[in-house]
Parts: sequence; structure tokens; C-alpha cells
Amino acid sequence: MGVVKNPWEPVQTISNSQTVRSQQVLPMHTKDGEFGILTTQVHKLIDWGRSSSLWPALFGLACCAIEMMATSADRFDIARFGAEVYRASPRQSDLMIVAGRCSVKMAPILRQIYDQMPEPKWVISMGACASCGGVFNNYAIVQGVDKILPVDVFIPGCPPTPDMLLYGFNELQRKIRAGIPNPPDPLKDSGLKLVGPIGEEL
Amino acid sequence: MSFDILKGMATTLKNMGKKPTTISYPEQERQLPPRFRGRHVLHRYDNGLERCVGCYLCAGACPADAIYIEAQENSEENRVSPGERYARVFDVNLLRCIFCGYCQAACPTGAITLEHDYKLASYYPEDLVFHKEQLLEPRGQSSVGSNTVWAESAPPEAAQPVPQEKEVFDGSEASAAAVGLGNLHPERPVLLVDEQQDEDRRKLP
Repeated sequence: MGVVKNPWEPVQTISNSQTVRSQQVLPMHTKDGEFGILTTQVHKLIDWGRSSSLWPALFGLACCAIEMMATSADRFDIARFGAEVYRASPRQSDLMIVAGRCSVKMAPILRQIYDQMPEPKWVISMGACASCGGVFNNYAIVQGVDKILPVDVFIPGCPPTPDMLLYGFNELQRKIRAGIPNPPDPLKDSGLKLVGPIGEEL
Repeated sequence: MSFDILKGMATTLKNMGKKPTTISYPEQERQLPPRFRGRHVLHRYDNGLERCVGCYLCAGACPADAIYIEAQENSEENRVSPGERYARVFDVNLLRCIFCGYCQAACPTGAITLEHDYKLASYYPEDLVFHKEQLLEPRGQSSVGSNTVWAESAPPEAAQPVPQEKEVFDGSEASAAAVGLGNLHPERPVLLVDEQQDEDRRKLP
């Protein structure tokens, strides 16, 4: 399946909010060499397995976490997609659902927990505040966690309903199955470090 | 001792015949409440003119500054809306939007409503800035959207003790009505429902 169009090509160069997004050309996803049909099929199988058992890290920051809990409850039941186990330890999780506004004080901790998660890992930015600050356009709130984390899926809403979260989750599954890579780490190019309370040793 | 086990088993047996509460989401969607606020839709009149007159009231009412408008004057050869101006650019940043519905409450012509479209997630934040072409409903399919739902009085289960005496504009009352609490009786009937008031707009070419 040869993808011709760059999937990272933005529609608009600068968003309407104050946030100016980085506009660099991202590498296309390539298969790891030409190893024949067996390895490609194995990649498909692995991607399917990864997308079907995403274990989220327990990271509810604000009111969006209530909807996240409702999503794992029986009516919406995120367990149908293999994501019911909210792990309290980042070592055991593949997915980070940043649910709620992230304050500047919380940002190093968020980054440290992200760094502690094993590869491969994905990030869902749930809600207006996590995605771009939302109504909290002030000094205390990080204007979008994509400033500090590579965010895979953005979900609008304040807070998003469980349906919206499930839709975003399905979009992430689609992304993993299509083999679209993670966006670049926003802190990697700048060389900045966001060190949490424990320090650099992970 | 064994009686407790029997009680527990009775509960199990009672729930065995019930249907599961789970909604298997991608195949089957839940019935949304009529006042559900999802994505914005810009409306037209039946003759194809846009309802939006570029008054910036929705942008002013927006608590998250999610709406960006550039208005332009209507001319004889290029008439887009019945008013003096129309919105040349109408962008809604759905990532910043908190879906409060204040823009719908503020709109004097009923141009912007929040509809039931909630499937909005994206990989790229830029894609969630919806432009006018995406928001505007197609020609020949004009509707008033959820304005009819909001023009009706609030359902009785949503009734809240909101003061109803004053006829002057009060911020707290207006916001209570906007979020579905209370039951405001506006001084001027809603344009969309009253055909007579809306007639002069409809008569324009």
C-alpha cells in the first residue's frame, strides 16, 4: 500500500489560536527494508495486536477524567477495544490519555511519566484544555500538551463525551494499523529538557 | 450463612434476563439528547442567502475566543447575505471551542447552531479549525437546525430556580437560558419561528 501524499501536510499553516505549530516535513513511514512477504505480514499482525490491546496510563488531570471513567464503565465499555486496564504504572502502559488541563507545574511530571513509558507509545490529547489550553488562556496552563509531548490524536470537547473519546480512540487504532508513525518529539529538536521531580535517571 | 448465598444468587438470576447496558459504539450509536451540542453548522435561508450577517456577536460571546470572523460588505453584484455585511471568513477552532452554545444564543439571525455531529477527532490540530466551507450547509438543504429545539421551553427535568420577573437583559439569566437551565421568555419572539418577522429577510433576492 504505497502512500503517496504526505499525511502530515497541514491544511492551514498557522492555527487561529496563538499557537504557531512547527512546520517541518516529516518522514514518511517506510517498511523496515525489503524482507519479503513474511515480515510485512508480521508487521501487520504486530500492528493489529498493538492497536487491540492499548493499555492507558492513569492520567486524569481534571474534569475530562470523569468522562474517561465513564468511557471505561459498562455503558460505553472501552474494554471492547482492549483498553480497560488503566495502569497506575507508566511501565505497563502503551497509551497516555491526557485528560484535562495541564498546568505549568504539572508539565515536567507529565513529561517524565511519558518518558517512563516503554516504546511504542501513543498520546491522546483529550479535551480543549489539553489540546490547546481551551478557555484557560493564561500563564498557569500549558497551551496544548503538544508543546511538550508528541500528541497522536486530538479530541475536541469540553469535556468530550464518551462517544467522542471512543471515536478518537478508534482513530488512534486506525492510525496504528495504517502504520502512521508518531509525530516528532517537540522537545527533541529544541534540545530542551523537561525534568521531573525525580531527575534525569529514568 | 447459606441464606446470604441465596440472596446473592437471586440478584444474579434477576439480572440474567436483562439486556446488556453496553452500546456497541461503532456499529450502533446512542440516542443523543435533543439539546446535545456538537459541531457548529452555519445556516442558509431557503433562497440560498446565508443567514450570517457578519455582526461578530458570536465571536464576542465566545468565552474561549474560538471564532474568527472577517466581515465584508455586500454589494449588488455579490449579495451573499440579506444584511449589510456577510462573513467572508468564518473559522471555528473546534479545539478551543467548549461547546457551550453561547454563539447560538447570541446570534440574532439564527445563523449558527450546534448540531449532533460529534465525530471530530483528528491527528492534526490544524484540521480541527473548521472553515466556512465546511461549516456552511449546502444550497437547497437549508434548515434552522437545533434552533427549534432551543426555542421550545426547557424540559421540566431541567427546571432550575431562575428569576423570571425582569424583562431587561441580565447576564446570569441569559447564560442560564443558553445552557438549557431555566426558561426565558424573550421580549422579541425568535426570528426563526415567527415567519412574519422574518419575511423582510426572505423577500430579498
